[in-house]
Amino acid sequence: MKLAVQVNEGPYQHEASDSAYHFTKAALEKGHEVFRVFFYHDGVLNGTRLTTPPQDDRNIVERWVALAEKYDLDLVLCVAAAQRRGIVDEGEAERNGKDATNIAPKFRISGLGQLIEAAIQSDRLVVFGD
Amino acid sequence: MADLYTVNKSPFEKNSLEDVIRFSGEGASILFIEDGVYGAMAGTAVSDLVANATGRKFYVLGPDLKARGIAEDRLIDGVELVDYAGFVDLVVENDKVQAWL
Repeated sequence: MKLAVQVNEGPYQHEASDSAYHFTKAALEKGHEVFRVFFYHDGVLNGTRLTTPPQDDRNIVERWVALAEKYDLDLVLCVAAAQRRGIVDEGEAERNGKDATNIAPKFRISGLGQLIEAAIQSDRLVVFGD
Repeated sequence: MADLYTVNKSPFEKNSLEDVIRFSGEGASILFIEDGVYGAMAGTAVSDLVANATGRKFYVLGPDLKARGIAEDRLIDGVELVDYAGFVDLVVENDKVQAWL
């Protein structure tokens, strides 16, 4: 079955990022297709490569990256939410005159239409957040 | 076909459990995740809400229960334990999934 996942909450806040990750991983391991994981609101903070948690803590960002590399997952950050929170890729840096980028590998920044498309294209949309 | 509702907040923090029981239809499945798992415990001020809700099936996510130190023998009778793979199965088996945030 084709699934889409939406994450509305930042990592290390409550548990939504962890729940979404474990759900997505379990779905992929069961052989389902995950069409897209869309990060909205504070959820875009899952996509900065500058995250540096203590060594004995889980690295939520790297965990998403590793899952995306293994299964070729489409990890999409909402552009308006990313701009507000300073998550920048090369295109956004150029467009907005920023001196750096911080987006993690395998993540991309795009519009809310990507969430709508994911909902239309997928059999189920599963939402995690506050 | 039926709907799956997820409840991720403690019933002692938000009213989402009470709301989902009131608004869900017959045949609905309700899955407790994250702090929502406190709603699956027997002997609390809200456990009668779950125990008396007819026509609905209740599930609780085992890893989140364990993370909070709640033993399985403290669950309300009839609440079924699932792991993440079971969560995925519930999503597949139901027509729609609504997170009761």
